[in-house]
Amino acid sequence: MMNRTLSRKLLVSMCGICSRRLSFAQSAVNTVQNRELEKDELRPLYMDFQATTPMDPRVLDAMLPFQVNYYGNPHSRTHAYGWESETAMEKARKQVADLIGADPREIVFTSGATESNNMSIKQLQETIRPYTSLVSIMTVNNEIGVKQPIKEIGHLCRSRNVFFHTDAAQAVGKIPINVNDWKVDLMSISGHKIYGPKGVGALYVRRRPRVRIEPLQNGGGQERGLRSGTVPTPLAVGLGAACDIAQQELEYDHKRVTSLANRLVQKIMSEIPDVVMNGDPDQRYPGCVNLSFAYVEGESLLMALKDVALSSGSACTSASLEPSYVLRAIGADEDLAHSSIRFGIGRFTTEEEVDYTVEKCIQQVKRLREMSPLWEMVQEGIDLKSIKWTQH
Amino acid sequence: MPTSSDTRWQCFMRNSTQREKNYTELNMASCSRTQVISLYRMLVKESKKFSSYNYRTYALRRVKDGFRENLHVDNPKTLDMLINQARENLAVIKRQVSIGHLYSAQRTVVEKEPHL
Repeated sequence: MMNRTLSRKLLVSMCGICSRRLSFAQSAVNTVQNRELEKDELRPLYMDFQATTPMDPRVLDAMLPFQVNYYGNPHSRTHAYGWESETAMEKARKQVADLIGADPREIVFTSGATESNNMSIKQLQETIRPYTSLVSIMTVNNEIGVKQPIKEIGHLCRSRNVFFHTDAAQAVGKIPINVNDWKVDLMSISGHKIYGPKGVGALYVRRRPRVRIEPLQNGGGQERGLRSGTVPTPLAVGLGAACDIAQQELEYDHKRVTSLANRLVQKIMSEIPDVVMNGDPDQRYPGCVNLSFAYVEGESLLMALKDVALSSGSACTSASLEPSYVLRAIGADEDLAHSSIRFGIGRFTTEEEVDYTVEKCIQQVKRLREMSPLWEMVQEGIDLKSIKWTQH
Repeated sequence: MPTSSDTRWQCFMRNSTQREKNYTELNMASCSRTQVISLYRMLVKESKKFSSYNYRTYALRRVKDGFRENLHVDNPKTLDMLINQARENLAVIKRQVSIGHLYSAQRTVVEKEPHL
């Protein structure tokens, strides 16, 4: 196997850019700092919908009155400011509940899916039934878009008296969800993944049969003691509006995203060889397309595609240079794991954006492959797996 | 050529694009027909003003697809509800367009010319 640092140095010196951890090459090449856009520079296209989504204008419209004039604390019981804020909060709660087939009393507003996840897992320690454990599954994976068989897992857990939690951040509003059909006990929801505001989420906590959880934060006893702290009405209203819109637009968005994703994948695969789509081809959410381009390094391709906002692997782990744990888990070749790019398609993506991305991607992959000595060897017909690399 | 005695309706018919002409085949009371057409035109006109490329394209697309989808609705109650929804959406679009102008950013790489 060609020395990793050597091959990176080669690619990096040719592309004229360097990554944060490559101290060897740093002095030798020009650095492209992570920087903000210049005033007149054109903005890149946004194709990273799994990392976060822009707010739908309808959501912002619903939230703004509560940022301007209706600023009451929803827990204030003694005046109109409080009453109107509380009414809005409860309406939002119902909107969230309706999207997942739950009762509004089963929804707790949190600061996001991460807090919801922590709350769910913590309850493991404070359980009534002595031998209970908790199963926690992600509904739709954020890196490769694969859907898990939640309904089957839910039924299994129910039959074994085990609590079932699912992190539905990437699934809510994109695929139909019904917590009763799926027999889910706890579900995490994230606002900014469904065209809602950042900083808010929700946790679905089943009432029948009752699921008891221990609060992460204690204080004034809001949200039935499960999550103290003033509920941020503007954010809750935004989450509610986002859920409401998602329910209305689910079918339309799904159809459109599917067709755009197929367009992207087919165009790319028809133009360049040795492209692998990671993840199950059938059980997936179409808007998350993870492709591995053989003989091309993922980071270099991302840098080369500077006009398109993409990512390789998930945003939460993008600081480290390790290949994605998800790809390793599904048994992808280590080389392919390093060359994976995630294309995110969402409600606002257009055909022009997909076509532009495809064109640039094909162009850059061809260019990078031309520079790759491994690709040259493959073209000559050498089987890379049969090479015996000598140790230095 | 439109004459002074032409109704607004006929004038519209002559000047409209083929796509808009399709909406005249809507099966409903004639007083709502003009309402719907004018609502549609206003929605399209306002949607074009979004300074954000993504919001602009989405609004235009969604409005057109939304009207096309409901082409054959003839239940008056549903129609009323749809018309009210459209009116609310028009108000939302107007407000959000203004906000977009207040906080506009640079164009994206796929936009050909600067948007007004």
